[in-house]
Amino acid sequence: MLDNKKIGSVMIVGGGVTGMQSALDLADAGYYVYLVEKSGAIGGAMAQLDKTFPTNDCSM
Amino acid sequence: MTLSEVTNISGEVGNFNVTVKEAPRYVDMDKCIACGACTEKCPKKVDSEYDAATGKRKAIYVKYSQAVPLKYQIDGSQCLRLTAMAKGKEKLPCGFCEQVCDAGAINYNDTEKTHEINVGAIVMAPGFEAYDPTNAKVWGFGVYPNVVTSLQFERYLSATGPTEGHLVRPSDGKKVKKVAFLQCIGSRDENTCGNGYCSSVCCMYAIKEAVIAKAHEPGLETSIFYMDMRTHGKEFDQYMERAKNDSGVNFIRCRVNSVEPQGANGDLRLSYVNNAGVQIEEYFDLVVLSVGLETPKHVLELAEMAGIEVTADRFAKTKDFTPVTTTRDGIFTAGAFAGPKDIPQAVVEGSAAAAAVADVLAPARNELTKEAVFPEERNIAGEEPKIGVFVCHCGSNIAGMVDVEAVEAYAKTLPGVAHVERNLFTCSQDAQEGLAVRIKELGLNRVAIAACTPRTHEPLFRETLKSAGLNQYLVEMANIRNHNSWVHDSKEIATKKACDLVRMAVAKVTFSASLAPISVPITQTALVIGGGVAGMTSALNLAEQGFVVTLVEKSAKLGGNALKLDHTWSGEEVAPQVAKLIDQVNWNEKITVFTETEVSAAEGFVGNFKTTLKGKDGVETVIEHGAGVVAVGADAYQPTEYGYGEIAGVVNGIDFDSADKAGKKNFVFIQCVGSREEGHMYCSKVCCTHSVQSAIALKKEDPSRNVYILYRDMRTYAQREKLYREARSLGVMFINYEIHGKPQVTKNGDVIDVQVIDHVLHRPVIIKADMVVLASGIRPKSDFKTLSQMYKISLDGDGFFQEAHAKLRPVDFATDGMFVAGMAHYPKPLEESVAQALAASARAATLLSKLEVTLDAIKAQVDSSKCDGCALCVDVCPYHAISLLEVKATAEGAAPTKVIDVNKAKCKGCGLCQATCPKEGVAVAGFTLQQLSSQVSAALAI
Repeated sequence: MLDNKKIGSVMIVGGGVTGMQSALDLADAGYYVYLVEKSGAIGGAMAQLDKTFPTNDCSM
Repeated sequence: MTLSEVTNISGEVGNFNVTVKEAPRYVDMDKCIACGACTEKCPKKVDSEYDAATGKRKAIYVKYSQAVPLKYQIDGSQCLRLTAMAKGKEKLPCGFCEQVCDAGAINYNDTEKTHEINVGAIVMAPGFEAYDPTNAKVWGFGVYPNVVTSLQFERYLSATGPTEGHLVRPSDGKKVKKVAFLQCIGSRDENTCGNGYCSSVCCMYAIKEAVIAKAHEPGLETSIFYMDMRTHGKEFDQYMERAKNDSGVNFIRCRVNSVEPQGANGDLRLSYVNNAGVQIEEYFDLVVLSVGLETPKHVLELAEMAGIEVTADRFAKTKDFTPVTTTRDGIFTAGAFAGPKDIPQAVVEGSAAAAAVADVLAPARNELTKEAVFPEERNIAGEEPKIGVFVCHCGSNIAGMVDVEAVEAYAKTLPGVAHVERNLFTCSQDAQEGLAVRIKELGLNRVAIAACTPRTHEPLFRETLKSAGLNQYLVEMANIRNHNSWVHDSKEIATKKACDLVRMAVAKVTFSASLAPISVPITQTALVIGGGVAGMTSALNLAEQGFVVTLVEKSAKLGGNALKLDHTWSGEEVAPQVAKLIDQVNWNEKITVFTETEVSAAEGFVGNFKTTLKGKDGVETVIEHGAGVVAVGADAYQPTEYGYGEIAGVVNGIDFDSADKAGKKNFVFIQCVGSREEGHMYCSKVCCTHSVQSAIALKKEDPSRNVYILYRDMRTYAQREKLYREARSLGVMFINYEIHGKPQVTKNGDVIDVQVIDHVLHRPVIIKADMVVLASGIRPKSDFKTLSQMYKISLDGDGFFQEAHAKLRPVDFATDGMFVAGMAHYPKPLEESVAQALAASARAATLLSKLEVTLDAIKAQVDSSKCDGCALCVDVCPYHAISLLEVKATAEGAAPTKVIDVNKAKCKGCGLCQATCPKEGVAVAGFTLQQLSSQVSAALAI
């Protein structure tokens, strides 16, 4: 059915690690992504962490 | 889209209309170059959200220094001018930021915008917020300054935090000597905050913070007060053991009910019962509240508006076989909104949601994405170098410390330089356009940019070159900011060094050549190894996305470990769902299933694998595939302890599900059988929940039964906690035991005696049981090693498959094109296996959806006239990208010669081969010996 045509774009609500991973995977697979973030920059809670287990990598 | 919120969703799956409200930023994103002059001048200080109110920011600010987009914003509720404007005042104060902004980016008249966006699907990943303990009062948060939350403590530990990583008390700046962590603040606590669930992450982050704090402050005493240590993640238990034994973190099993001040000096007093049962009063400098995760109010409103249901614990409602699908068709969820979880699981779900979306939208793939089109590339071979040098002021970042005019004048004197110009910001859009115009007008064939770091800006300049018809590798950057203006305080020296750096860049780029892009074709099919729930889910999703899949199962039947399960933790029946999955897999025309078949050999690399399958009958089939998913499951541990197999009535958890319990009254469950002990220092993650579920069923069937669970730490994590609560309310008895005091199981006539040391009574008790259920753990399979060698994918210390990065690449292998899902990676419950399987499909699809992979052209190139096949480079290559070829002699009778061959798909351009080669027979493109020696000579020619 023509009127059932699907739109090849996706909206991701939330720009933390989860949303960013979703956005990257979808964009890389050929979908147009709108990443909507409430604050002024993406990164979410992980960007606040000093170091992360187990590599003690800086979260950035 | 930042500063944006979804306010309305209409339409249906495949075609939604979403209204997005974008708040004003008051800073023009196209103009702001994040120089920071505005923040310096801004007179208004506010608590920083990023620093969890431990530090200050200004009213015009950037969230943190590495923010993306790195663009400033004005907080309209705090800015002196904007608040005055809002009140309609005539005489407006301040305005400093506008005055100092060289880029002219400030716009006080910016307004809210509304966007209507048409999309096929939506993913809700709005995250969590940390529990705010202010209103709970009992812990003194907000009253005693030395009581902080774990998030604040994280900021104190951070080099970018308010104390630059120095551990001092907020009250008096005194060095912290003794810190207490209180667990389950805002979690597992229905009375104080109504959050009955476990937040899943706090035990692990508290240990991490304690260990890091001890590393910051040698001699620091750290104590963690907990009910159950829930370190159920991969390698978490090992970390806890190291924290205990090597770092000396104290663990005290006691929930502390209140924090009291000790005198007026800021010290804090905790009363608790220690591990020996003695009432203790102890003083601490600092108390850290390990706050839990909860769904913010605005997210609950968003969920209501979107028409998606939430659970009693206020997380998005999903099902175990569809863990990222919400109750509304076409809307998916992932991350902490779908239940409290750690970073790896959140990342897994992010990918899983992508797979679930792709399943729905596959017909519309590539319809809305655009490939950038570039003009035809100019051939510059044989041309004399005509180098354009662009010197960036970076506002005052560079120009403030470097005499840029002197650098410009100097650059003009360098050989090969045809044009020099200065820009306020070379990276700004207008400067980029100017750069492209100069390349075309003046016929420049090389470009040197004297500005900042190639790490962040080289891709931009490469794109600009491409847009001007020049090969993207003909640009070189001289970092006169990070390496120069930012670190020197003498203008004379900084200017001299800037000239040196420009001279070196020009010397190198003089010998740069156009490099052809390298691409490798991709076989757009996948191989999934393992026919359990993870393997089938992954295969099915890839097939629904349109890819041809081969699914290999070692046994005669699809279904794997799930065939032995009755219910998931949330009570969903497993058998019908597995039967449905098997059906879907068998009927899907894009999936070919091989049962009673094993992988016998594998070769190749990303996009181009060749795997040999061997059936039970010995017949071999060779499959060519672009990606592979390893979902081979794991084994149940067969106990050798507690009389298993010797005493009738001692069974394992799975056997118990189908055992005859009629007429039996007394049941004892023993947890951690074969888990969390020497040689197997990991949590099997599913056994606590399974035992609790069995115990609930026993009590519900006959409340007069006596059911005991002997445990080390009850790990009913996240929303499973409600099962633990239910079991206790039904009268299931929970008795804690320690690893050094394991229960003793002996046969005593018709009954089984189970002796355990009761930690409340502090003496041994004997329970007479009709049945003893051993919650036996999960073990890696014996054939993991063979598979790991065939595909060059590694195993971790416990023998499970090792992902590429514990946090950020939890389903990828370090070997490109290979992915892992399910229990092969680590023990996990069904819904986590499904999520990881979907994630593996999403990751594989990013590869398979392309006809070829384009690789960076910075690769090792062989000069066959110089290479004599000595093979020294073969051994040093860390990527196994170099092989030795034998070339047939051209003249008759002559011996065959040897030469190396570089696999461009495997080469990462690190240059180890070039450094090792004694004959200049191999060089990395873009870093040839000629380029490097020219650059070094330029550096020395002072």
